[in-house]
Amino acid sequence: MSDGEWKPKIIAIICNWCSYAGADLAGGARIQYPPDIRAIRVMCTGRVDPLFILKAFQDGADGVLVSGCHFGDCHYLEGNYKCAKRMFLLKNVLKNIGLNDNRLRMTFVSASEGAKWGMVMEDVVKTVKELGPSPLAEKKN
Amino acid sequence: MAENQEPRIGVFICHCGTNIAGSLSVEEVKDYAMTLSGVIVADEYQYMCSTPGQNKIMDAIKEHDLNGIVVAACSPRLHEPTFRTATEVGGLNKFRFEMANIRDQNSWVHMHDWDGATAKAKDQVRIAVAKAKLLEDLQPKSVPVEHAAMVVGAGVGGMQAALDLANAGIKTYLVEKDPTIGGRMSQLDKTFPTLDCSQCILTPKMVDAGRHPNIILKTYTEVENVEGYIGNFEITLRKKARGTRDPEEMLAAGIEGSGCNGCGDCAEVCPVIKPNPFEMGMAPRKAIYIYHPQVMPLQYTIDFESCVKCGLCAEICGPEKNAVDLNMVDELEKVKVGCVILATGYDLIPIEEKNEWGYKRHENVITGLEFERLICASGPTGGHLIRPSDGATPMKVGFVLCAGSRDNTGGVAKPYCSRFCCMYSLKHAHQIMEKIPGAVPYIFYMDIRSFGKMYEEFYYRIQHEGAKFIRGRVAEILEDPATKNLIVKTEDTLLGRPVSIECNMVVLAAAIQPKPDAEPIRQMFGISKSQDGWYLEAHPKLNPCGTTTAGIFLAGVCQGPKDIPDTVAQAEGAASAASIPIHQGEVQLEPYFAQCMEDLCAGCGMCVTQCPYGALALIEKDGRQVMEVTEAKCKGCGTCGGFCPGGAIRMQHFTSQQIVAQIDAFLLNPLGGEE
Repeated sequence: MSDGEWKPKIIAIICNWCSYAGADLAGGARIQYPPDIRAIRVMCTGRVDPLFILKAFQDGADGVLVSGCHFGDCHYLEGNYKCAKRMFLLKNVLKNIGLNDNRLRMTFVSASEGAKWGMVMEDVVKTVKELGPSPLAEKKN
Repeated sequence: MAENQEPRIGVFICHCGTNIAGSLSVEEVKDYAMTLSGVIVADEYQYMCSTPGQNKIMDAIKEHDLNGIVVAACSPRLHEPTFRTATEVGGLNKFRFEMANIRDQNSWVHMHDWDGATAKAKDQVRIAVAKAKLLEDLQPKSVPVEHAAMVVGAGVGGMQAALDLANAGIKTYLVEKDPTIGGRMSQLDKTFPTLDCSQCILTPKMVDAGRHPNIILKTYTEVENVEGYIGNFEITLRKKARGTRDPEEMLAAGIEGSGCNGCGDCAEVCPVIKPNPFEMGMAPRKAIYIYHPQVMPLQYTIDFESCVKCGLCAEICGPEKNAVDLNMVDELEKVKVGCVILATGYDLIPIEEKNEWGYKRHENVITGLEFERLICASGPTGGHLIRPSDGATPMKVGFVLCAGSRDNTGGVAKPYCSRFCCMYSLKHAHQIMEKIPGAVPYIFYMDIRSFGKMYEEFYYRIQHEGAKFIRGRVAEILEDPATKNLIVKTEDTLLGRPVSIECNMVVLAAAIQPKPDAEPIRQMFGISKSQDGWYLEAHPKLNPCGTTTAGIFLAGVCQGPKDIPDTVAQAEGAASAASIPIHQGEVQLEPYFAQCMEDLCAGCGMCVTQCPYGALALIEKDGRQVMEVTEAKCKGCGTCGGFCPGGAIRMQHFTSQQIVAQIDAFLLNPLGGEE
């Protein structure tokens, strides 16, 4: 890692059954990706209160990822649909407060998609790096 | 409760041999943990999951009067139960434990970034400590378990699982969508490497399953809907309209007559002729049919899609039996079971879509399953192996192994090994040499995988009997239009030169794939699949029969390619695993229930509409509406809590405060120390 390179702060809220398992599988398969994301485990993405994400941005997160099961595969039937709806609305809120809504991402990674998890990690880090530090984070410092 | 207590957290960091310690600095993470507020003790050990590792936790709880434990190690999906037990044995409530996944989601995925991985591990520990400080005592909820089980799929795996459960004294529903039990194994002629007749060892099992007092056989029946959870699954079955009734059904329905006794008079008069799928379409059946004489139950079925309702069958069945009912309709039935075993089996891939081998274009290219029927004494040719184009006896037969298996070219091809094709192709080679004097089998292979007990010895035997082995993936099969012979083109990679061999007949060892209805069944039971569509086990090594949905177990090829002994062994394992909660009579559920904080609840009822389980309701309390949770129905997904506009729902173990504390810990306080 080159010194002095800006490292984004990205938080991921991921469901226990699909994306967390997929992230574990990426580990089992030794798929390498950038270490810039910190994951918080919830049982279902349905648990994700939009306020958690706003709090993360308020705290200065440069990006937030929410990842759950594919549609139709939710361990709790439909939590991921409900989360996806909320994320859609939340993206509008972000736009309205002047934050690039690409800083918030929702993905669907199943328990068997270790390789996809690695790709999501690469992609989210790349996107957020391109966007640069969050204006909210800059204000804090 | 945590709120009234000063946090006293112990942090334990695992080396996992070199799995963790080889990619990040455990020592640095430990020193860092000590700087975090609330952390009283931090320690590290080579294997935290070992007895000495667990003892460190238990001793530290007593020595330092800890009220929260953080272990930074592998995934909670692997060892959370282990460390929760250690926490409990150490004298704390087991829900006062939190895990930081610094292996699967750190050291293993950042193996070449020591500084990055170390920094991430510190953050992960800080995040875990932040949650641990807010953890509280919780009591797992016990629920009673229905003393009954269901097995879906009645092939050899499903039958074995059902028999084991039934013999253990458990009432077992054995559900099969076909009109008979027996599955793929009943289509096989002989089994490798012992060469005993498949039907001879299978039909007694079919009879046992059919007659067992604890087995309720539900053939020609599909799973329609699944509700509930471990211990209390409520499953709706669709009994498809069969067109006939057995004696018991006659009695139950109060209809005069003795019912179907399998005499077959009806099929004789039926004018509709259709291909018999059991014979891989190589023999006819009528619209009213049985697959073969050994079916269980021996009861005729009307294929209503092809039936012309001429009524001849009903007429000949006569008023004494009165078994036929041309106006029969599907019936739904609800059953309650404690555990479920899925054993839904496999199909061959549509090998005709691999153009190069000409299946369904060249008449004399057949699949392994078609070969089984052609060589079987009870098959369409009475066991005479003839080639489809002209009925001639094939003297040179090519066997193409890995036909679509271990093939990354996409389309219908499968990247995995289908596991039993090498062995059945060796068996087929033996069978033609045995049945046709002078016949020569050519086995085109990439590897021979004779992995089982006495399998390698069987391979030697076939070599010595005179089978010709050619190593190389078959590139193309051409047909001689005059003779209908087949020219198999490949490279002999041992000799390093192209070869083309003329055969009278070619047998493709086609790759296997999940059944098309595996997908809706999987979704109904809420289990995951692996990349290729096979059902996903809870852990590939430590829990190969279980799934991530409590109370659902797997047996046989629906979990991945397996031969008969492995299928039966897994079925016995699944039956044993399923019988444990049933015999215990109750299971403990993680108490991640929603709670209503009534002083914050505005009684809007939005949460009620969010809950997929109908666990929430509005009730009248002190003159106003508030939400009430029925814990027995709540599964702890938190969808209500993620939605409540008033923040009035508290998800135990995943409270908003705990989650926000984790977010804050990462983003606000990167250097540790006082918050």
